Amino acid sequence: MHTLEFTLLVALGSLLAGFLGSLTGLGGGVVIVPLLTVVFGVDIRYAIGAALVSVIATSSGAAAAYVREGFSNVRVGMFLEIATTIGALVGAAVALHLHASIIAVIFGLVLIYSAVLSFRQHSSAADTLAPDRIASWLRMDSSYPTPDGPEKYHVRGVPFGFALMFVAGVLSGLLGIGSGAVKVLAMDKAMKLPFKVSTTTSNFMIGVTAAASAGIYLSRGYIDPGLAMPVMLGVLGGSLLGARLLAGAAVKLLRIVFSVVMAALAVEMIYSGLTGKI
Amino acid sequence: MNIQPSLQADQRMDQIMGFLLRTGVILAAALVFVGGVLFLVRHPLPVTNYRVFQGEPQELRTVSGIIRNAFSWHGRGLIQLGVLVLIATPVARVIFSVFAFLYERDWTYVAVTLLVLGLLLYSLLGGHA
Repeated sequence: MHTLEFTLLVALGSLLAGFLGSLTGLGGGVVIVPLLTVVFGVDIRYAIGAALVSVIATSSGAAAAYVREGFSNVRVGMFLEIATTIGALVGAAVALHLHASIIAVIFGLVLIYSAVLSFRQHSSAADTLAPDRIASWLRMDSSYPTPDGPEKYHVRGVPFGFALMFVAGVLSGLLGIGSGAVKVLAMDKAMKLPFKVSTTTSNFMIGVTAAASAGIYLSRGYIDPGLAMPVMLGVLGGSLLGARLLAGAAVKLLRIVFSVVMAALAVEMIYSGLTGKI
Repeated sequence: MNIQPSLQADQRMDQIMGFLLRTGVILAAALVFVGGVLFLVRHPLPVTNYRVFQGEPQELRTVSGIIRNAFSWHGRGLIQLGVLVLIATPVARVIFSVFAFLYERDWTYVAVTLLVLGLLLYSLLGGHA
């Protein structure tokens, strides 16, 4: 295969991944690694490096819009980034010493978990909660725009959220993903933030988390320009396209299709990992 | 405590932060695109073997090497420079936050943000050879 042909195919696959990832809210980065390893036969280390780059691009691009609209809670994000960056450094350091097969199996399991999690109903905002001592001291309580004007909310469960964020950071550094699913889980379930605030703040944080591990991957020579180029441009273009399109009812079906694809890739990754093919 | 000025400062901070992030991504994408075109024009050869991990050469994995490479108009160097700009974008956002919290005299968050910045710089410049 020639370089141009390969580049265009990877770009096309990444475009689709970014498009579906943004429409369904699952993020395109999570399918890039299985796409590159299973479909294109790329070594998992190159795949993780390229995926990390695309994760930073989409997260920063989307965060730019959300931050302006005032949904993201910058204080919550900043504070939890302590946990995710430490986690990302740990994850990236561990990844350098783990065998590719083990990483593939862990990746498959996380992929299945993310696919399943995307079907769970999110808790609706309960604004009757009393203020929390730690959250008040950290001035985390805030408000977010709703059709009826700004609505105030209180933040809870900071220590538990912090611990979950560390896990999200480790997974991000280890697997080259944004760990959006775990981040939303931490803020939505543990810290009781409104769902829209959780998803946008998670997005805001993903860039910093991924940048922490990307530095290590870059200096270790895991980021190949020939691969990072089509992946980054493809995922970025796809996610911008997805954000423009409000598909309404079709999103539900797309989510199911995307989750099935994710699960299939996950099974293939676990199988390849266990049989030592990756 | 008067909340209003702080809220306004928060909103202005959000606006600038949004602009910073957008600019970083656009600049990075442009560099990667130009580098990509140069790379593809000059490499009509069979594709690199990505099946076997070899690791990038020194000039494509260090900040100084990448900058040297990019300024001699090498496609791969320009792409890596775009990647560097992209990685620097969230870092720039954190640096901006330090000043924004300083301006608000929110010392707790100045400390929090400096800690995150320190961790990021350790990752980028810490030398992991």
